[in-house]
Amino acid sequence: MRLLTAFVAGLIFGLGLIISGMTNPAKVIGFLDIFGQWDPSLGLVMGGAILIGVFAFGVAKTRKTSLLGNTMQLPTSKDIDKKLLGGSLLFGIGWGLAGYCPGPAIASLLSDATQPLIFTAAMLGGMWISSKFS
Amino acid sequence: MIAWANFTPVTAFTGGLLIGLAAAILILFNGRIAGVSGILGRLLQSWGKESPWSLMFVLGLFLAPWFYILAAPLPEAQIEAGHARLIIAGLLVGIGTRLASGCTSGHGVCGLSRLSVRSLTATITFMLAGMATVSIVHHLLA
Repeated sequence: MRLLTAFVAGLIFGLGLIISGMTNPAKVIGFLDIFGQWDPSLGLVMGGAILIGVFAFGVAKTRKTSLLGNTMQLPTSKDIDKKLLGGSLLFGIGWGLAGYCPGPAIASLLSDATQPLIFTAAMLGGMWISSKFS
Repeated sequence: MIAWANFTPVTAFTGGLLIGLAAAILILFNGRIAGVSGILGRLLQSWGKESPWSLMFVLGLFLAPWFYILAAPLPEAQIEAGHARLIIAGLLVGIGTRLASGCTSGHGVCGLSRLSVRSLTATITFMLAGMATVSIVHHLLA
């Protein structure tokens, strides 16, 4: 059952990414292009997601276990350190360069384009490298 | 200047609601955060008890286009980056998200929903870095 709910969550997440336009790098770059032809759409993607998220995480915070009996694993770190800032800086540069972040890259692998495959391979390589140095 | 011709508020908001719903399902049923970079990073490490559900989440994400085309053709994706830029971008995204313990989903959606100052700081940082990068690549260097 836990595997099924995880699968359904991943599937709905991916459908949301496709419907919202996040799997189109030009759309993402249009959102980041505040000094050019700015497309504010992705702000609404985040707004819609957080609207639901605030309620869900508000409930989650009051519970010790999930509906299927797992421990409720909410992040506890509050550290704002060099790793957080430096990592976010590198991520943002990469995001702006290609217009892909991790979720949309995975949800684009089954499209006809080869670019998401190249990006994802490099991204997984980067994650692997990162795990060797931390 | 806002490009109203490209503005797609209905699909953007609807897609956002679905992303929020997915994060809600994972936290309420499984007690886990829907952070894509964290889930992928975990799968690259040795197999453990968190691995099966992580793999199923990624499988759902991966198969989403396949389910989508049952209803409609996939929306067009315009990708301007060449191979070299894709590889550099991928490496930066991979290294950066693991260092920061999160990306647009873990920090941007789940973290902001939890009202986490740490995630807000990460989100502002990667958004500003993305905006600066696009401005440099598209306006200064173009």
